[in-house]
Amino acid sequence: MMLLVQSIIAITIRAGTSLVYATIGEIYTERTGVLNLGLEGMMLMGAVTAFAVAYHTGSLVLSLLVAMSMGLVLSAIHAFLCITMRANQVVSGLSITLFGTGMASFLGQRLGPAENSFYLVGLTSVRFNRIAVPFLSDIPILGALFNQDIMTYGMYILIPLAWFYMFKTKHGLNLRSVGESPHTADAMGISVTKTRYLFTIVGGMFVSLGGAHLSLSYTPGWTENITGGRGWIVIALVIFSMWNPARAIYGALLFGGINAIQFRLQIAGAAIPAPVLNMFPYLATIAVLVLVTWLESKGKKRLGAPAALAVSYMREDK
Amino acid sequence: MEDTMALQNDLTPVVEMKGITKHFPGVTANNQVTLKLYPGEVLALLGENGAGKSSLMNVLVGLYRQDEGEILVRGTPAEIHSPKDAVQLGLGMVHQNFKLVETMTVAENVVLGLKHLDFIPSFSEICRRINTISRQYNLQVDPRAYIWQLGVGEQQRVEILKLIYRGADILILDEPTAVLTPQESGELSRIIAQMIDEGKSAIFITHKMEEIKRFSQRVQVLRKGETAAVLETSKTTPSELARLMVGREVLFRLEKKICCPGEPVLEVKNLCASNEAGRPSLQDLSFIIRAGEILGIAGVAGNGQRKLTEVITGLDRADSGKVVIQGKDMTNRTPLDLIQSGVSHIPPDRISMGIVGDMSVASNLVMKEYRSEPVVKRGIFNYKEVAKSAKEKIDAYNISTPSQNTEAKFLSGGNIQKIILAREIGACRGLLIASYPSRGLDVGAMEAVRLQLIDQRNIGNAVLLVSEDLEELITVADRIAVIYEGRIMGEVPAEKADIKIIGHMMAGASLKGAAQAAAEAELGEDGI
Ligand SMILES: Nc1ncnc2c1ncn2[C@@H]1O[C@H](COP(=O)(O)OP(=O)(O)OP(=O)(O)O)[C@@H](O)[C@H]1O
Ligand SMILES: [Mg+2]
Repeated sequence: MMLLVQSIIAITIRAGTSLVYATIGEIYTERTGVLNLGLEGMMLMGAVTAFAVAYHTGSLVLSLLVAMSMGLVLSAIHAFLCITMRANQVVSGLSITLFGTGMASFLGQRLGPAENSFYLVGLTSVRFNRIAVPFLSDIPILGALFNQDIMTYGMYILIPLAWFYMFKTKHGLNLRSVGESPHTADAMGISVTKTRYLFTIVGGMFVSLGGAHLSLSYTPGWTENITGGRGWIVIALVIFSMWNPARAIYGALLFGGINAIQFRLQIAGAAIPAPVLNMFPYLATIAVLVLVTWLESKGKKRLGAPAALAVSYMREDK
Repeated sequence: MEDTMALQNDLTPVVEMKGITKHFPGVTANNQVTLKLYPGEVLALLGENGAGKSSLMNVLVGLYRQDEGEILVRGTPAEIHSPKDAVQLGLGMVHQNFKLVETMTVAENVVLGLKHLDFIPSFSEICRRINTISRQYNLQVDPRAYIWQLGVGEQQRVEILKLIYRGADILILDEPTAVLTPQESGELSRIIAQMIDEGKSAIFITHKMEEIKRFSQRVQVLRKGETAAVLETSKTTPSELARLMVGREVLFRLEKKICCPGEPVLEVKNLCASNEAGRPSLQDLSFIIRAGEILGIAGVAGNGQRKLTEVITGLDRADSGKVVIQGKDMTNRTPLDLIQSGVSHIPPDRISMGIVGDMSVASNLVMKEYRSEPVVKRGIFNYKEVAKSAKEKIDAYNISTPSQNTEAKFLSGGNIQKIILAREIGACRGLLIASYPSRGLDVGAMEAVRLQLIDQRNIGNAVLLVSEDLEELITVADRIAVIYEGRIMGEVPAEKADIKIIGHMMAGASLKGAAQAAAEAELGEDGI
C-alpha cells in the first residue's frame, strides 16, 4: 500500500512539473494583462526543439536554452501583435498555437537523422534522469518528492520564488498594477508597454520549458502531439490557481494526480474511461470559479482575473 | 496674455505652458493655450465641459503629447514624454477619474511605480509614514484598506496622500470636489491651504463658483480650447466668469411656474431593503410624488439614495414594502417592466450605468427605442431612422460631438450627460428619476439640465431628484425630503426650505430638532 501511494506521488509530481512551469509562465503573462492562448504551440515547439538538440548534441543545457528561445520568439510575436499592433489577443494566441503545432510536427519530420529518414519519432537521446537526494529520498512516502529529475527540483525552487517576486517585490507590485489598471500604472510612471513585453516573453520562455520537460523527462522522446492538450489544461490551471504562482502547485498536483491515478487504474483494469478522468481538472476549475464568484458576492474578497486581462492599452485612448 | 498681478511680474513661474495645441480626431482640445503658475499660488482653471482643461493638464503631466508648444518648469524647458518625467519634475496630479488600483491596498497604491522604492518594500514602514502624513494633514485613511472597500471621499483622500507622499510640489487637481460632500470639500480646501503654506503651488479645476473664491488667487478661463481670460479672483464675480466660460449670460436662479400637483404617480410605502452585508439600507421609507411636481431627496451620499432609486427602477430588490407607479404595484419588477410603465432613470454614475462608451453617440441615443418602430422594423434596424432620431436629439439638446458615429466615451462629461438626458426624457412617460444629474457639469450644462427637469414637471411628469447640492434642490424641487440612514427625516416645501435646517436633518436630526438646533445656532451667532 505504502509503495502504491509512494508511486502515485512520484508520478503525480513528475506529470505536474511541465504543468507548473507553463502555469507560472502564463500567470506572469496574464498578470500584466496579456492573454496568451499560444501555450499549446509554444509547449510543442519547446518539446520538439529540446529533443532534437539533445539528440544531436547530447547537451541538456543547450536543449533547454533552445527550447526557451522558441518560447521567446513565439511570445515576442504575440507581444508585438497584441501590444504594439493592438490585435485581438484571442485571435493572435490561437494563431500562435496553430502555427506552433504545425511547425513542431513539421520539425519532427525534418530534424531527425538521415538514417531515420529525418524523423525524430522513435529515437532516444540523453534525458533528465532521476537523482535521489541522499537521506531525504529514504523517508517513507514523502521520499517520492526527493527522487526526481533536476527540472522538478527546479520547480520546487521556482514556485516560492515566483510567488515572492510577484507579491513581495516592487517589480511584482508594478507588474500586477499593469494588469489591473494600465491607466493607473501609466500615470504612476510605470511603462505599460515595457512591462507587458517583458513578462509576455519571460512567461513564454517558461511555457516552452514546460514543453521541454515532456520530451526530455516525462515521456522522453518525440511523438506527435506529445503535449496531449496540456497547453489548454494550463489555461484552466491558471484560473484554478487564481493567478497566484504559489497555487499553481495545487492545479498541477490535481491534474498530475489524476494522470497518476488513471495510470494505476488502467494497470488495475478499472473501467473508468480515460476521457472521463480527464474532465476532472476542468470540473474542478469550474467549481473554483463558482466558489470565487460566490465569495466575491459576499463582499469578502476581490479575487479573480486581472481586471485588464486581454484589454489593449494606448495612452491617449479613453 | 499679460500678467494680472504686477507683483508677480518679476517672479519666475514654476510652470509655464506656451502655445500648447492638442488635436484629437475631429476636435481641437487645446489651441495655442498659454498658462503660467507662480510659486505659492493656486490657479483656478475654469471652462465648460469639453473646453480642454483635462487635456491641457494631461499634456503637462506627460499623459498626452502636445502637437505644438513648449513647457517650462521653474524656468527651464522641460521635455515631458511620460508621467515618469513629470514625477521627476515634482509634478503630481489628481485625475478627474481616479487613478487607483482597486484590488490593491492604500499603501500599495501610494508607492506604486516609485523609483526609490526598495526591491522588497517594507509595508510596515510605508504604513507608518502614511500615518504620519495622515496626522499632519488630518487626512483619515487606513493604509491597509483595499481601495474597493473605500467610498469616493476616502479614495479622494488617498489621491491627495499620494501626492504628498510622493513629494510633488506642483499639484494639479482635476475636479477634486466633484464627488465630495460639502464637508469633505471644506476639509480639502484646508489641506490645500496647508500645502500652499509649505511653498507648494497648485492648479485647481472646478465647476463650482464658490470654490473658485475659496481656493484660488487667480483664475484662467478656457473656452473651446482657447484662453478666454486670466483674472484675479478677487476682482471678478461668478456671473462674469460664467459669461466668459459659456459666452452668454447664465441663470443662477430659475423661473418656475407654481406647482399644481395632480394624481399620485409614484407611491413608496414602507419600503425596506438591505445591502450585500445584510444590513438595512432603507428602513420603512414612504413618500408620494404626484404628476407635475418635483420631490427632491437631500442627504449625504451613502444614506440609501442609491438603493432607493435602484429599487424603484427595478435594478435592485426590496425586502418589504411597496412601490406603486401610476396605481400599479411595481415592487421588485424587472427594469424592462418599469421602463414600459413609463419610468426613466438618470443614473448617478453616468459612465458605467448611463452609456455604453464603446458604442456610437447615435446608438446610445436610440437605446430605448429599439423595441419599436420606426427605429426597428420587423426586428431589423433602420439606420436612416436611427440617424434621424439621433440628429433630432443632438440638435434639441445641443450635444456637441464631432459626429453621430463618434464613440460616446470620447465626449466630455457634460455632453455624455446630455445624451442620457435626451434619451431618458425622450422615453419618459410619467416618472423621471434623476440622481445627481448635474454632478461634474459646467454652469451652462447645469442650467440646461435643471431647465429640462423643470420642463418635465411642467408638462405633467413626476420627478424624483436626488442631489447633494442644496442650492440645486431649492431652485429645482417643489418639496424636499431629507434622507438619513435609509429613513426620511422629514419633508419641507422648497420655497420655505432653510439650508441650515436641512443641513441638521442631513446629519440625523428630526425636523423639529433641526429647527431648534438651527435657531440656537442663530442665537449663538447673534450673541457674538
Ligand atoms: N483621449 C481622447 N480621445 C479623443 N478625444 C478626447 C480625448 N480626451 C479628450 N478628448 C476631447 O477633447 C475635448 C476636451 O476634453 P477635456 O477632457 O480636456 O475637457 P474638460 O475641459 O476637462 O471637460 P470636463 O469639464 O467635462 O472634464 C473634448 O471634446 C473631448 O471629447
Ligand atoms: Mg475634465
